[in-house]
Order: sequence, then structure tokens, then C-alpha cells
Amino acid sequence: MATQHSRAAARLMISPAVILLFLWMAVPLGMTIYFSFLNYNLLIPSAHNFIGLQNYDFFVTDPAFVTALVNTLVLVLGVLVITTVGGVLMALLLDRPMWGQGIVRILVIAPFFVMPTVSALVWKNMFMNPVNGIFAWVFHLLGIQPFDFLAQAPLFSIIMIVSWEWLPFAALILLTALQSLDSEQIEAAEMDGASAFSRFIYITVPHLTRSITVVILIQTIFLLSIFAEIYVTTNGGPGNASTNIPFMIYSQSLLQFDVGGGSAGGIIAVILANIVAIFLMRMIGKNLEA
Amino acid sequence: MGKISLKQVVKKFGEVEVIPPLDLEIEDGEFVVFVGPSGCGKSTLLRLIAGLEDVSDGRIEIDGKDATDLAPAERRLAMVFQSYALYPHMTVRKNIAFPLKMAGVDHAEQERRIASAAKALNLTDYLDRRPGQLSGGQRQRVAIGRAIVREPAAFLFDEPLSNLDAALRVGMRLEITELHHRLATTMIYVTHDQVEAMTMADKIVVLRAGVVEQVGSPLELYRTPQNLFVAGFIGSPKMNFVTGKDAAAHDAHTIGVRPEHVKLSKDTGHWAGTVGVSEHLGSDTFVHVETEGGLGLMTVRVDGEMDVHHGDRVFLTPEEDKIHRFDEKGQRL
Amino acid sequence: MARRVTTRAKLTNTIIAWFVGLTIFFPILWTFLTSFKTEGDAVAIPPKFLDFHWTLENYIQVNDRSDYLLHFWNSVVISVGSTLIGLAIAIPAAWAMAFVPGKRTKDVLMWMLSTKMMPAVGVLVPIYLMFKNTGLLDTRIGLVIILTLIDLPIIVWMLFTYFKEIPGEILEAARMDGATLRSEILYVLTPMAIPGIASTFLLNVILAWNEAFWTLLLTAANAAPLTAFIASFSAPEGLFYAKLSAASTMAIAPILILGWFSQKQLVRGLTFGAVK
Repeated sequence: MATQHSRAAARLMISPAVILLFLWMAVPLGMTIYFSFLNYNLLIPSAHNFIGLQNYDFFVTDPAFVTALVNTLVLVLGVLVITTVGGVLMALLLDRPMWGQGIVRILVIAPFFVMPTVSALVWKNMFMNPVNGIFAWVFHLLGIQPFDFLAQAPLFSIIMIVSWEWLPFAALILLTALQSLDSEQIEAAEMDGASAFSRFIYITVPHLTRSITVVILIQTIFLLSIFAEIYVTTNGGPGNASTNIPFMIYSQSLLQFDVGGGSAGGIIAVILANIVAIFLMRMIGKNLEA
Repeated sequence: MGKISLKQVVKKFGEVEVIPPLDLEIEDGEFVVFVGPSGCGKSTLLRLIAGLEDVSDGRIEIDGKDATDLAPAERRLAMVFQSYALYPHMTVRKNIAFPLKMAGVDHAEQERRIASAAKALNLTDYLDRRPGQLSGGQRQRVAIGRAIVREPAAFLFDEPLSNLDAALRVGMRLEITELHHRLATTMIYVTHDQVEAMTMADKIVVLRAGVVEQVGSPLELYRTPQNLFVAGFIGSPKMNFVTGKDAAAHDAHTIGVRPEHVKLSKDTGHWAGTVGVSEHLGSDTFVHVETEGGLGLMTVRVDGEMDVHHGDRVFLTPEEDKIHRFDEKGQRL
Repeated sequence: MARRVTTRAKLTNTIIAWFVGLTIFFPILWTFLTSFKTEGDAVAIPPKFLDFHWTLENYIQVNDRSDYLLHFWNSVVISVGSTLIGLAIAIPAAWAMAFVPGKRTKDVLMWMLSTKMMPAVGVLVPIYLMFKNTGLLDTRIGLVIILTLIDLPIIVWMLFTYFKEIPGEILEAARMDGATLRSEILYVLTPMAIPGIASTFLLNVILAWNEAFWTLLLTAANAAPLTAFIASFSAPEGLFYAKLSAASTMAIAPILILGWFSQKQLVRGLTFGAVK
């Protein structure tokens, strides 16, 4: 619905964004792919010879890779389960009539706005510290041995911290979705004789399904690249008990200066993310047509 | 001045030809209505004239000058949109002033023209309100006000009344017609409502699938529809069509007779039938009769009140000189 | 539709919801309280909730560390700067896509989104080396560039969903009224889109303020924003709970307040318009 003139103007106005993003996509990613085939270590500046898939072979056969991959999956799945289940419950709770709903919503959403380094450090020091933490005190009150969360259950602890950051996101989105449910639909079902339980199963749940999918997909994108929380709490340890793929790539390339190996890991991370991305894009793309 | 000529105008969206080559002359000062069912291309045609869409081929001339490649702003046309398209962040005054501001009209002149438009449209008390605070009819007037201050060569109306309720629609219909008499500026008006077309137009252009089916004054279209489509589209209730031996008796494939040209009798007549629904409007009664002999449902218009009931047996007789005859292709004979 | 709700049910809801809400909020509240404690009170067991010696000492000390204000300012420059540049690039693009949609508009939008899906670690090595070689490492400009690029897709998307809600007929009316493209965008589109542009601005400042991958890895002493500054407290020698709390409170307070204002937009922005 437009004229030649406006189409030409549109092309002109869209091009800066497209060109910039294209460069941002193509150049570094191209370089990563290129590096991943090289024997390139910053400590050995001279030799950049082509070594084919050796970096991939090296990265993938490293026992740490399997650990990191499992850790990544556990971290993503753990947080997803906690936040979606918790988010649905929270949304249902917040959607009920109560006093001070607005304030409660503000309290619940707050953790999402806390920068990752702050939340990780607050949890690490003030809650999970085995001597001075609040949890240690609570355990003491209950007569349980103090527990060094980050040393004895590092991955679990990180899952807790990340879940605290993301639960508000899930709750807020699901609450918004819940509130957009047409009340006439519920009333129609009531007139049709559906019980409260059937109304929930046949109307509310289907209505929420799409939003739950969106929550899961978007969180997955972010959770696959969790970094700061690990960086400031466990540094991937003890050993590599809490190392995920991003952290492993970081340590490979910036701590061990192995550019080639780190690049190969980067490409693997891109492939993993793309698998999720394809599903997410389908979802959003469908929505675009509606 | 506002004479608009379309010469062999074609519009394609991709491969789809929504308007095949079309010629049309609109004289200065004429009130022309484009009417047709939804999707017939009437709005597209209006947008082509406005310059909001490019023609794929052909020429558009305004006052004899080629306007095909002119931007909308350069065509000296004003448009009233279906949604009114008022600027929600501006007051009524600023809405009406906007085209003047764009044209660089000086301030005093702007004020003068706004005041006179507001007076003509009963908007003087609302000049400092925003569109959101106005009723549908008032918004409509603002949209018209914004169009008239420019003193354009022609006004384009895109289904302007379809968002109003029935009572307001009749009122605005009169106001727009009155406005046309006062300004004597060319107006092109798009609607799917044949009543609006019949009541407002000097000239009606009936469109179907981008093709002009007939151009003429309302009464020409009523009296001598050139084909079955126009015959069925113009007039309310719709014309009754009969095929078969009754048509053959008139040397035609199909004959049509308007409901107001059928006599209804309880005793005798040409066709027999059973009364279905009768709609009592007070001034008229529309009686739907299920005829015998496979002619189907016929509608009859009877003046005043008529005492018929569901299930009554009645007889229908068409007025011989008001019968329209059509061939197999649906063209008038 | 208003329904009668029994007071008792409402009371139960209220109690449960407030309990859950306060539990979730507790770490933030605790950080806030701790920031007013002495270091001794901060690590006391049992924890002191309100009955401690209230002091502003931590805030004074944190601000006295000459570099705190620098890091705060870095955060402001980086988040606001990258968002403004992003908006300047995205507004025309979103205008084009919303009002002059073509056959490929949808593909372009989806492709832009796909750039957002690329994990940062995938390009960490080349970006790090590029920055190192061009001297952009540990500069604000470098971070502004990176954050502009990673936020651009979200900005375009958010604006697109807002622009989409402005009826195209209004812009056509402006065109019929004799407006040039410039006047159309300046006098009609922008004023109508101000709420959407403001929300987009707000959400992206929040996202950029909290970004903690590139800001941690590409900065050192000079350009480090608050994310990186706070991370430096993870070193054992930096372990002072009360001071950590004061620094944290200052780092999150402005964004918490902005965030509470932008709840609704947050949903739309982060789900690319899929949930409104």
C-alpha cells in the first residue's frame, strides 16, 4: 500500500540498521569460524597455521566439555522448570482479588531489574556464606549443620540465584497473558455449565500455553549464555563443577589465550543457540502474521 | 476547478490486476459516487486518484494537467478517511490548521479560514478539544473541516459514514450533500451503500471487480440498468429476477421487476404464492412471497399498511411496462 | 466484570501474596538494610533486622573511593548513549517497516531478531582481538558500540510494534494535507509515537545498564560500568558486606525505579510483541 516514492524512502531509511546488523553478524562470526580452524594461541604469536578440525576435536573431546555441556543443560532446564512452574503459580496468585495488588506486583518484579553481578554477590555473601549468611543462621536455628552452598552444591546454588532473577520475568509475562484473557470467554464457559476446574483446564491453560512457550524460548536464549553469575560466585569451580559452555569458552580464550580452541567452542555455542532460536523464531513469526 | 480524467488506468498488485484498463471523466463540480460490493476496487480507485497508490499504467489528469506522477500533496485534493484519521495529539483547531500550516498560509488567514469552517460545521465550541473527546459525528465534521479549509480542487470521501450509527448517518448524508451545493466543488465519494449513492450522487459509477459496470445519474441507473449486476445492486429491496418460460414470453433469458412494480392481490393475478415474512415499516410493507411453479422467493412492496399474514395465499402481477429484459450474458435487451 | 468476592477469600489471597512477594523481595530489602549497618552489624549472627546502629558511613566511604562516581557515570554514558544511538538508527527503520511494508519486511524483521539469538561467546574472541588491536578495549566508546549493536534488534522490534498501532490512514491524511515526508515524521508520527519511543528508551537503558558479559570482559579500570565495579567486590580482599550493600543499593536503585515504571513495556519488549 504505497507508492514508488515512499518505497524508495523506506529502503533508504531501513538500510543503516540492516547494514550495521549485517556487519555485526557477518564479520565477527566469519572471523570466529576462520580462527576455529587455526592453531592460534596469543602466547605463541608467530604460528597461525591451518589445522582443520583439530580445535573442534580438541574442544569436544576435552572431558571438561562434556561436564560443561551437562552443566549448561542442567542449568537451563533447572531454571526453566523452577521459573515456569513458579511463574504460573505466581501469576495465578497475583491475578486473584486482594489488597495491595500493585505493590505486591512491584515487589515480585524487582529482582529482574537487579544487575546480575549484584544479585550473584548478594546471594553469595549475605545468604549462602557458610559463616555469616542468613541461610547458615536459619540452618543453625533448625539444628542443621551449616552448608557451604557454593562449594558443596555450586551448580544448584547458581540455579537458585538465576531462578530468583528470572522468576519475576516469567511471572510478569504470564500474569499479563492471564489478564488479557477475555472475561466473556470465561463467562460463556460458565453459562455452558463448566466447573471452575474445567474452566481452568479448557480455557485458561490453552490461553497460557502460547505465553509459556514464549517464556521458555526467550529464557532459554538468555540462560544458554549465563556468565556473570558464575564469574563472580564460583569462577566455574570447584574444579569445573559449575563451568558452563560460555564460561569454558571464556576461560579457554581469555585465560588460556587459546584463540583457536575458544573459537571452536564459540561456534559450537552458536550451533546450540540456533537450535533453540529456530523454534523461537517460528513462534514469533507466526504471531507476526496474526 | 476540479475536472478529473482517468485514461486507461490500470492497477496491479503484483500479478493480480485489480483494476483493468479504465476510463472515466469527472466533470468540475460534480458529485460522483463510486459504489460496489466490498473488494470491487472502489477504494483503490480513489487512492489512485489521491496519489496514495501508484497507477501501474495509464494517466490521471486533473484540470487537464497530467497528475500521474505527482505526490498526493501536489494534487490539490483533500480526503476524508473512513476512520477520520484525525491527529489525536492535536486539538480540533490544530487539526483543521494542519493543511494550512503545511501550505505555509499566514496566521491571520489560517484563523479566518478555521473560524469560517468551524462555523459552517458547528464546531466553534469544540475548537480546543482533542479528537478523543468528540463524538463520532463531531469527528467526522472535523475531518471535513480539515478538508474544506484547503479549498481543494476536489474532495475525496472514502466511506466516511460507515463508522456512524444509522441516525447520524442520515444526518451527515444531508450535511455533505448540502456542503456540495454550497461549495460546488467536485466530490468523489466511495461507498458500498447504494442508498447513499442514490441519495447523494449526480453521477454514480457502479464497480465490480475493478470494472465499471455502468455510469449514470441515479435515476438512469434505476430506470435502465445496463446489466443484471447493476439491476440487482441498485434499488432496495432488490429487484426480483425470473428466468424460464415467463422470461421466454418476453423474448429474454431473464426478466427483472422491482418490488414496487408488482401488484399484490388476494384474489387474482399472474403468479400465485404463499406469504412468508412481511416487514411492516408503516409507510410501506415489504411482503416476501414464496411463489408456486419454481419461481422462488419474490419481494413485493406495497404502499402503506397491508393486512397480510404468514401463510396467506396471494397473487402477484408485474407492471408490464416496468419489466427489465436481459439476455443470457446478463446484458440489457 | 465485577464479581462478589468474600472478604475472607480476599484476605487469604492478600496474606499469601504479600508473604510470597516479600520473600522474593527480601534479598533486595536485606541489601538495602545492610547498607546502613556498620561492618560489624552486617555480619552479626543472629542477623540484626532493624535494631542496629544506623549509619551513612558506607555510602560516604563508597563515594569517597574516587572511582565510584566514575563507574556510575560510565554506566550512565554507556546505557543512555547506546540507547540513543540505537533509537536514531531504529526509528527510521521501524517507520519504513511499519508503514511501507514490502514483501521482505517480515523476513528482515525475523533476520534482525536472529542476530539477537547469536550467543555473545560466539564472537567473543574476534571482538576481543579487534578491540585490543584498535585500542577500544576498556573505552566507553567501545562498549557503546557493542551495546548499540546488541540492543538494536530489540529497539527496532519494540518501535515496530508501537508504530504498527498507529493507523496508516493518519499518515496518509498528512500526506493528503500537503505534508512532506519530513513534516509527516516530525509533526504527526513522532508526537503520536512518543509514549512508545519513551518506553523503548526506558527498557533499553535498563537492559544496557544491567548487561554483564561485554561490560565485564571488555573493561578494566577506566571504562568499567557498575556491573564490573560491583564484580570487583567478589575478590576476597573486597569483602565488606556493608560497603558492598551500599554500592549495590546505589547501583540498582535508579534502575529499580525506572523498571517499576516500565513493567508493561517490559513484557512487550522482551517478548518481541508476542505477549502484550
